[in-house]
Amino acid sequence: MATSDSATIDLVHSQRKKGFELFVMGVLILCSLVAVAVTVGIVLSLLFEAFRFFERIPLTDFLFGTKWSPQTALRADQVAAEGAFGAVPLITGTLLISFIAMCVATPLGLLSAIYLSEYASKRSRNLIKPALEILAGIPTVVYGFFAALTVAPLLRAGGESVGLSVSSESALAAGLVMGMMIIPLISSLSDDVINAVPQAMRDASLGMGATHSETIRKVVLPSAIPGIAGSLLLAASRAIGETMIVVMAAGLAANLTANPLEAVTTITAQIVALLTGDQEFDSAKTLSAFALGLVLFVTTLVLNVVALRIVRKYQEQYD
Amino acid sequence: MSKTAIISANDVDVFYGEKQALNKINLDIPENKVTSLIGPSGCGKSTFLRSINRMNDLVDICRVEGSITIKGQDIYAPEVDVVALRAKVGMVFQKPNPFPKSIYENVAYGPKIHGLAKSKTDMDEIVEWSLIKAGLWKEVKDRLDQPGTGLSGGQQQRLCIARTIAVKPQVVLMDEPCSALDPIATAIIEELIDELRSNFTIVIVTHSMQQAARVSQRTAFFHLGELVESGPTKSIFTSPEDERTQNYIMGRIG
Repeated sequence: MATSDSATIDLVHSQRKKGFELFVMGVLILCSLVAVAVTVGIVLSLLFEAFRFFERIPLTDFLFGTKWSPQTALRADQVAAEGAFGAVPLITGTLLISFIAMCVATPLGLLSAIYLSEYASKRSRNLIKPALEILAGIPTVVYGFFAALTVAPLLRAGGESVGLSVSSESALAAGLVMGMMIIPLISSLSDDVINAVPQAMRDASLGMGATHSETIRKVVLPSAIPGIAGSLLLAASRAIGETMIVVMAAGLAANLTANPLEAVTTITAQIVALLTGDQEFDSAKTLSAFALGLVLFVTTLVLNVVALRIVRKYQEQYD
Repeated sequence: MSKTAIISANDVDVFYGEKQALNKINLDIPENKVTSLIGPSGCGKSTFLRSINRMNDLVDICRVEGSITIKGQDIYAPEVDVVALRAKVGMVFQKPNPFPKSIYENVAYGPKIHGLAKSKTDMDEIVEWSLIKAGLWKEVKDRLDQPGTGLSGGQQQRLCIARTIAVKPQVVLMDEPCSALDPIATAIIEELIDELRSNFTIVIVTHSMQQAARVSQRTAFFHLGELVESGPTKSIFTSPEDERTQNYIMGRIG
């Protein structure tokens, strides 16, 4: 083969390849743009509809009002068509349930993470870790009816036997089950950050005659604290945004209460209630769902960003 | 065998699972001297070092047979508490590993755990004594509250030495303490090791034969899990009895 011939052939060949490369790159860019475009679209629609809601109901009434009863505004021609759109009972309800969930999940998740990463033998680790991950894989609707049909009646019966009146849809039932749901989130993330603490730290402490638990308490956990805090924030954000369990177990009564035995409602449960069934699209009632969605979105976004930043900063520390 | 031996190993075998890492080691380590363990990678010298304060216990599959005694006490006897043992036999690791705490807290960690200080003044004294002994006091006395991880590599290693000697051990084990350091930091630590031997018995694993020759009075040469030869450093380096020792020192194996 002549040298000049092969040079020409190669040249054409590489041109064709270049075209294909451009094509591939184009497809890849397009695919990633879809996700970005959808996100932007969702944020815009939330903002736009929420803005329409705030044209009718002042922002301060929404954020600081303590009465929530959108159901009074059933029809536009009704006399008291406005309803009451004070989001405070929903926000406190959400926080109450999330708080209960975190009270359950933080100790259980954290302690099991410590067990898994520091004490468990390889065999028990291989058994328990997948079991926890199965917990994470259960559909939330299953948790929901577990809360509504098993835990809530149990609490009610238990409460009655000691003379407490427990509502059949209590914050406690929803919170407990939600806590179960987020245990694997906390345990697996915390397990990761505890494992990321260099073995050299443990060796140094043990080599000085510290016991295993002293080493964990005084060296491993303090080093892992930022990462653990990050995992707790992510779990909290998950709890705040959780919908199915609260729809099924927490109820729709917008009570402003700190009593976990009473029924409360949450932002997510209300959004579901507001938008299911036939709705007039431009009533304040329907639009309020977007305002609630916006509140939820901003809260979880801030929590996630802060949490991820903490976790990442921590990981860099030891790389 | 000798009166001054603080540590004696008698027929020590160490296994990792099925694999035998050390084979019938017999070695006496004299008090207030520096003993260096040399040999090619994988020869078992670090394994032997880690047997002396039972850091090998942390490896599930590791098994030690034979006996190692410290001042006549068998450290693998069932009644021995590893926590108490490690308080008497401290360890400095290959890579400087200060805790992510302040310089003061790093040094105070051990004494706190073992309850060595009765008051804040006591603790201050222990910290100062340890840092002076480790040759770090002048450099850090004005910034004891700053993180130990902010020091240079050589300073970090001296901080780790201060942390180790703060619990007043009798023996200090050093596992290639200078391998992560530059020549200047290495020279400072070598000088330090020489000063420390008036208070402590030191056993050092090193890859550098020059270092072994500079800092130690006794040298033990390991090869393929066996203790080939041990004796005064000078005679090991000038007139080794075993051919393998000679080959290693001449740079022919390893």
